[in-house]
Amino acid sequence: MYSVGIDIGSVATKGVIFDGEMVDYIVIPTGWNPKEAGVDALNKLLEDNNLAKKDVNQITATGYGRVSADFADEVVTEITCHAKGGHFLDNKVRTIIDIGGQDSKAISVDENGNVMDFIMNDKCAAGTGKFLEVTINSLGENINDLDELTKNTEPQEINSMCTVFAESEVVSLLAQGASKESVALGIVDAIANRAQVLLSKVPINDQILFTGGLAKSERIKKVLSDKLGRKIITSSNSQLAGALGAAVIGLE
Amino acid sequence: MSNLDEFFEELRPDELDGYGPIAVKELKKEKNVVGTYCIFTPYELISAAEAIPVTLCSTSDATIKEAEQHLPRNLCPLIKSSYGYALTDKCPYFHFADLVVGETTCDGKKKMYEYLGRMTPVHVMQLPQSNNREEDFENWKEEMIILKNALEEKFNVTITDQRLKEEIKKKNLERETLKEFYQLSQLTPPPLYGTEILQVLDISKFTFDKSLANQRTRNIIEEVKKSYNNGERRISEDAPRILITGCPIGQATEKVVELVEESGGVVVCFENCSGVKGNEELVDENIAPIDALTEKYLNTPCSCMSPNDNRIDLLSELIDEYQVDGVIDMVLQACHTYNVETFRIKSFVTDKKNIPYISLETDYSQSDVGQLKTRISAFVEML
Ligand code: SF4
Ligand code: SF4
Repeated sequence: MYSVGIDIGSVATKGVIFDGEMVDYIVIPTGWNPKEAGVDALNKLLEDNNLAKKDVNQITATGYGRVSADFADEVVTEITCHAKGGHFLDNKVRTIIDIGGQDSKAISVDENGNVMDFIMNDKCAAGTGKFLEVTINSLGENINDLDELTKNTEPQEINSMCTVFAESEVVSLLAQGASKESVALGIVDAIANRAQVLLSKVPINDQILFTGGLAKSERIKKVLSDKLGRKIITSSNSQLAGALGAAVIGLE
Repeated sequence: MSNLDEFFEELRPDELDGYGPIAVKELKKEKNVVGTYCIFTPYELISAAEAIPVTLCSTSDATIKEAEQHLPRNLCPLIKSSYGYALTDKCPYFHFADLVVGETTCDGKKKMYEYLGRMTPVHVMQLPQSNNREEDFENWKEEMIILKNALEEKFNVTITDQRLKEEIKKKNLERETLKEFYQLSQLTPPPLYGTEILQVLDISKFTFDKSLANQRTRNIIEEVKKSYNNGERRISEDAPRILITGCPIGQATEKVVELVEESGGVVVCFENCSGVKGNEELVDENIAPIDALTEKYLNTPCSCMSPNDNRIDLLSELIDEYQVDGVIDMVLQACHTYNVETFRIKSFVTDKKNIPYISLETDYSQSDVGQLKTRISAFVEML
C-alpha cells in the first residue's frame, strides 16, 4: 500500500512515496506554477518507481500551493504535516521549528505527533527563507554557499527585519566597509532571532527539530542552537518533513 | 438542500421591510437619528429622547484610503473606516445622523472624535478606564446625566424616568430575544453556522422598529427550532466548536468565520461586541434608571478597561455553556488593548480551561486570506 505526500512550497516542491517507510523522494523547484510543479513531482516519483497512479492509495498535498492541488485526494496544512513528518523522523521530537520560504512556524507536538500549539510569523516576510534569499542575493552570493561564506567571521548587526529595508541596509553596510562575510552572518543572526521569538511562544521540552530547506545549513542550526542555549537537531531529511508528514497522514 | 439552508439562503436583509438605509431615511422624517460606535453607548437614553440610535458601519475597507489622508496608516482599521465613512459621506446611516455619541474607549478612537467633530456634531462621553471602584460608578453616572442633558437640549425633549424605564424594558426584551436566538448554538450539534448568526444579528441591529426586529428574530428562532425538532442536522456532531473573541467582527472580517467553517469547524459563539458582549447583562429594571444604566454599561467587558476581569469571567462561562473546543482571538491590526490582552486570554484559555487557543491579527483587506487560511485550517485540524 503506497501513500504519496506532495509539499508544494513557495521555493521547492517535495514529494515522498511511503509505505510505512520512505520508499523514494524528489525535490524540484516550484517555479511560477505551483500546480504544475505538484503534478510534475507526482509523475516523476511514480515514473522513477515504476508505479501507476492506481497503485497509490492516497495522495495528500500540503504547502502553500496545496489549494491548487486538485490531483490530491486530501489537502492538509503544512503545520499538521510538519508535525507528523517531524515525529516520524524522530519520535522524541516535541518541538519543531520550520523556516519556510513564505512562513516560519514553531510547532509543539505531543508523543503521537499531533499538534498541541503553533505560532507563525506575521503577515510579512521577516524571518522567512525569502528574507534570507533576497538579502544573500543582494550580496551577490548564493544561499547554498552560506556555510562556507560565514566560516571565519563575526556577525555584523542587521537592524531591519523588513526584507526591503534589510536589502538597503546591507548595501549601505557594505558601502561603509563591512565585509560581505560578516554581513552574511549578520543576516543569519537576524533569521535566528526571529526563530527564537517564535520558539519562545510555544512550550519547549525534549528534542527540538529544525525542518524545511534551510535546515541543510549547519551555520543556521549552530547560530540558533547557541542563541537558545540548547541543541537543535536536524535530519538529512529535514527538507522533506512536510511531504513526509503528508504521506504518513495519507497512510493513516 | 435542507430546509434551513434554503431558509437562510432566502433571508435577504435588503428585501426586509423596516431594514437598512431606506428605513432610516423614512424614519428621519419624524425622528432624530443618533449615530453610535460602541456598546458603551446607553441606547436607552437615546431612544427615550425620541431619537433612533444607529450603529455606524465601520466594517469595510471601502473608505480607508481616504481616511489615511488624515489619520496614520498604522491605526486600527475600525477607526480608519469609521472616519473614512464620515469623510466621504458614503455611509447612509452616518449621513442621516443628527448627532454622534462616542466614548473615550481606546486612544485612537478618542482622538478620532476630535477630527470627526469638525464634520458633524459629536458628543463624547468620558469613560472611566476602570470599573471596580466607587468613583468609577460616580463618574460614569455623571457622564450619563451630561448626555441626558445634552440630548434634552439638542432635541428639545424631556427624558422622564418613566420614559427611560419603558425604553430599558424594550431594550432588555431585544437583548433577551437575541440571546435566545444565538443560544440555540449551545445544542449539539449546533443548528446554526456562525455566518448565519452574524447575519441575523445584523438584521436585528438594522431593523429600527424594535418590536418588528424582535418579531423577526422570534420567527427565525421558531424556524430553526422546528427543523431541528424534525431531526434536521446540517452540521456534523464532530465539527470542532469554535468561540471567537477579541475585537469587533463583521463584514470584512467575516473572512475569519468563513475560513473556520470552510475548514470543517463551526463558530458557535461570538464573544465580540456585535455578539454576546453587549447582550449578556441586562439593565436592572427595579432600581433608579440612571443608576441601572450606569451599572450595566460600566460592566462592558471591553479591553479598554483596566483591569478587565469581566472578560475572563464571561469567557469562562461561555466556554462551558457552548462546549467550546477551541478559542480564536481576533485582533485588528494596531489595536493595542486587545493585542496586549491576548497573552492573558491565552494563558486563561489553555491553562484554566484546557482548550486550544490561537490569536489572529488581521485588518479589513482581503490580502491575508491565504495566510489566515493556513493558520485557521491548521488550528481546526489540531482540534
Ligand atoms: S471592543 Fe470596546 S472599544 Fe471596541 S467597539 Fe467594542 S466596546 Fe467599543
Ligand atoms: S478594535 Fe481596538 S483599536 Fe480598534 S476601536 Fe476597538 S479598541 Fe480601539
